[in-house]
Amino acid sequence: MNSEQAFDASELADLLGDKQDGEDKSLMSILEDVQARYRYLPKDALILISEWMGVPLSQTYSVATFYNAFSLKPKGRHIINVCLGTACNVRGSRKVVERIADRLGIEPGETTQDGEFTLETLNCVGACALGPVAIIDGTHFGRVNAAGADKLLKKLGVEGRKE
Amino acid sequence: MTTLTIDGRQVEALRGSTVLEAARENHIEIPTLCYHEALEPYAGCRLCVVELVTPKGSQLVASCVYAAEDGLVVKTNSGIVQESRRMTVELLLAAAPKAKVIQDLAAEMGIEEPRVSLGDSDCILCGLCVRACKEIVGANAISLVNRGFAKEVKPPFEIGSNACTGCTTCVLVCPTGAIKLEDVLDSRSVHRWESDFEARECKICGDHYLAPEFAPDLKELLGEEEV
Ligand code: SF4
Ligand code: FES
Ligand code: FES
Repeated sequence: MNSEQAFDASELADLLGDKQDGEDKSLMSILEDVQARYRYLPKDALILISEWMGVPLSQTYSVATFYNAFSLKPKGRHIINVCLGTACNVRGSRKVVERIADRLGIEPGETTQDGEFTLETLNCVGACALGPVAIIDGTHFGRVNAAGADKLLKKLGVEGRKE
Repeated sequence: MTTLTIDGRQVEALRGSTVLEAARENHIEIPTLCYHEALEPYAGCRLCVVELVTPKGSQLVASCVYAAEDGLVVKTNSGIVQESRRMTVELLLAAAPKAKVIQDLAAEMGIEEPRVSLGDSDCILCGLCVRACKEIVGANAISLVNRGFAKEVKPPFEIGSNACTGCTTCVLVCPTGAIKLEDVLDSRSVHRWESDFEARECKICGDHYLAPEFAPDLKELLGEEEV
């Protein structure tokens, strides 16, 4: 089952309505709100936001595809990020990625079928001394090896290989 | 007027012009790729770099955006400028080996094979098509999407955009010929953006014209008469 949140235009109207009263009407902050609400930027939402803001759709699309924080595909409920920066890499973070990918049955950049997990990689979060670094739902974990990754996944309810 | 020194020559330029404009005004050639005098400068290709000589040492700047100020000393073809341009062209060739302008520039500089391969595009991401569509046409049909190596020019959601008017300004402005136009009798396709248009036949002269979208307005103007 895919847990993709159905996009509801009336909800968006609420979101945009709030913004109208407040000071802040920047495209970025609206996109952030929508991303937080749906875990992705639904196509219809981008079209409506563009119209509402009077920004050409091409520009909204440009912004939506530029930033890592935005996704056009639904992201998982849990987001697992592994650092592949130089320092983490030489300490074996690639093995950690491989292990998690194997356990979840997805490639980096993908989301599990049930919409629970998204696996991503990034390049240096500035905590090199703690490498290999993994970030799960915003919490940093240091010195993660393949076995440690197993433990972290277990805490999230993943035992052995998923599906 | 502003007075500056370019390649050892004192030249004058209109206040507010860039170093590139000042040079061209005085018939000093600086190569460019992403610059077009009708569009906002973008400073994306770095081919137009020049050496700025200051008491604190030399510096490379993009002449298409650097303001021509009084007393500037600029070299357009010094050793470090040539070196930088060569690297730029090699990298452009590595990313867009199919682009004829880049092949020609590389050949001029004696670059045969780039040392790395970064893609096989015919687009150099100069953004001229995007800026022309936005600034000249006002259609905003295309934009730069994604980031880093994945960056491309696309219409929103990478499907034919209904903002595209089929004007072909992008085709004209593209330095690499990456945007292909196919005009047959009753249809026009701008292939890179997957824009397809039906052309109508004029009932009077029999020629084809491309304005189906505007036709209703025209009808309104003419009071629903046949157009
Ligand atoms: S398609 Fe042509 S004009 Fe547009 S960015 Fe690519 S090279 Fe430049
Ligand atoms: S390389 Fe991983 S935190 Fe710097
Ligand atoms: S012409 Fe100046 S950077 Fe491209």
